[in-house]
Amino acid sequence: MSTPTRELPSAASDAAKAGPRPRRRVRIWAVVVWFLLAFFFVNLIALVASVVVDSFGKTWFGGWLPSGFTTRWYSQAWTEFGLSHVLIVTAEVAIIVVVLSVLIGVPASYVLARRTFPGKKFLLLLFVLPILVPPITYGIPLATVLYKVNLAGSLTGVILANLVPSVPFVILTMTPFIEQIDPKIEAAARMCGAKTSAVFTRILGPLLIPGMLAASILVLVRTVGMFELTFLTAGPDSTTLVVALYNSVFGAGIRANQSVDAMATIYTGSMLVLLVIALRFVNPTQLVARGGDTGKE
Amino acid sequence: MSTATAPAVRPPSNQSSLRHRLAERGVDRTLWLLLPAVAFIVLLFMYPFLYGLGLSFQPSHGGGIFGNYAAFFSDPYLRNTIWKTLGLGLPAALFNVIASIPIAYLMRGKVRGKRLLTTLLVVPITLGTVLTAQGLIMYAGPTGWLNTVLLDLGIIDEPLTLIHNWIGVFLSLIITGFPFAFLLTLSYISGIDPALDKAAATLGAGPMQRFRTITMPLLAPGLVITFTLSFVLAFSVFPSAQLVGDPTGSTRVMSIAAYDAAFQQFDFPMGSTMAMIMAVVMLVVIGLVMLWRTTLYRGATGGKG
Repeated sequence: MSTPTRELPSAASDAAKAGPRPRRRVRIWAVVVWFLLAFFFVNLIALVASVVVDSFGKTWFGGWLPSGFTTRWYSQAWTEFGLSHVLIVTAEVAIIVVVLSVLIGVPASYVLARRTFPGKKFLLLLFVLPILVPPITYGIPLATVLYKVNLAGSLTGVILANLVPSVPFVILTMTPFIEQIDPKIEAAARMCGAKTSAVFTRILGPLLIPGMLAASILVLVRTVGMFELTFLTAGPDSTTLVVALYNSVFGAGIRANQSVDAMATIYTGSMLVLLVIALRFVNPTQLVARGGDTGKE
Repeated sequence: MSTATAPAVRPPSNQSSLRHRLAERGVDRTLWLLLPAVAFIVLLFMYPFLYGLGLSFQPSHGGGIFGNYAAFFSDPYLRNTIWKTLGLGLPAALFNVIASIPIAYLMRGKVRGKRLLTTLLVVPITLGTVLTAQGLIMYAGPTGWLNTVLLDLGIIDEPLTLIHNWIGVFLSLIITGFPFAFLLTLSYISGIDPALDKAAATLGAGPMQRFRTITMPLLAPGLVITFTLSFVLAFSVFPSAQLVGDPTGSTRVMSIAAYDAAFQQFDFPMGSTMAMIMAVVMLVVIGLVMLWRTTLYRGATGGKG
């Protein structure tokens, strides 16, 4: 936990180390626990699968499978929900949020990692709060303020709202990462006559790239999946995929459940692609840890 | 968590070294790098929060500065949202933490497929509550696979009503909350030095005794953190309470009431009031849990909390 970017040992080396060990006795409670875990996964897979199957089904009123298969719900969902626009908005929001939160967060984490100054603990607390407090709690006052300054409903409003948990998240991921970079490297560069700008661009920059990549991916996944803040601030032209999905389920009007499921499948697919990419760079625990508990003793 | 109390207990020696450094370097220009982040947090987090707090004291329907709070606590429909929220959040968080313990305990060492399992568990978290809700409607609905299987096996005679009620929201909180709690618990339990367990075994302690007297006391502080974070997640449940719950009745949680007030009735002061009450209720629960945590053992070897 001290270096959040550290990869878990690969499964192969796990197996190699576990191999020569004597096998533990099989205990009844362990079997029960594994059984329950398997039960959880079976249900989980069936849950996702029933959405996917329905999205390809013609009609499905009871029984094991739909009466026939078709892909027309996808084209219908695509036009009905304006998915091309929604996907573009989602990508725009996510990318801008990632870039801005890295630009704002990384310099701050550099100072927090390297310097001691009065009020540092207070600042750290301030940066942890937006991650610990549930989004809906500060989202309602935040959306109120954004409505007051006429930013809510626009892309800018959605981006600003999504930055609130993202910037602290970058700070809390990057601070321990910078702490483990030896300050002597910077000192050596300065000894050799490098200016501050050169230290940042030629020494720290390359060293920080792995950490920034990990932080960016984590922020990307969280922003695409962030429902509450986007929901509270988005207008008709600035909804992201997850909010569009919610609106299609909950919004008024009669629409085929299958086209909702088609959209849900598109959402699931894009999240899984992001997840596969993310897991190449970070370990699973980092995706869920809310930052407040990582990087501390 | 330790950040909040640390300045008060900083030892004097540290203080003098701090002063020394400040005298030597001063609070130099590097600190300007903090400015964007601080300005950002102040503008987009603190200001809205304080604005909301101020707004909650300016009721749109009169009644003095505490009018909104009085209105909230005198209306049973609004007041009961607190109990409904706690009635969902506390059992769900408790279930998730307790279910995580045995599984994390089994997985604490090097186990084949650990990476695969943790990867699989991340999936429901990243999918989020909206998709989980839609999946539950399909899967656990009256004609869904779950009821079909149970009916065909003859376990039940009537389809179970698992959605659009308390159970539906509870299930969705478990699907997204359990993997979260498990991954945290696993990281805490992996931080406990296995040598302690082996030492206890050498001294003749049985598996149950080792678990009770070695692992649990070391794990407890981490479990408290896990519980707190799970509770925060479950407490702010919004989409699933709308979609698979009964948003006007048994699962009318505080977040739904606050959203309705602010964005359906456009009574922003009332919405802010409920957001503030939500924050207070959450802080009270977290405070109580943290207070209890101070009574637990905090050693160098485990917990990691």
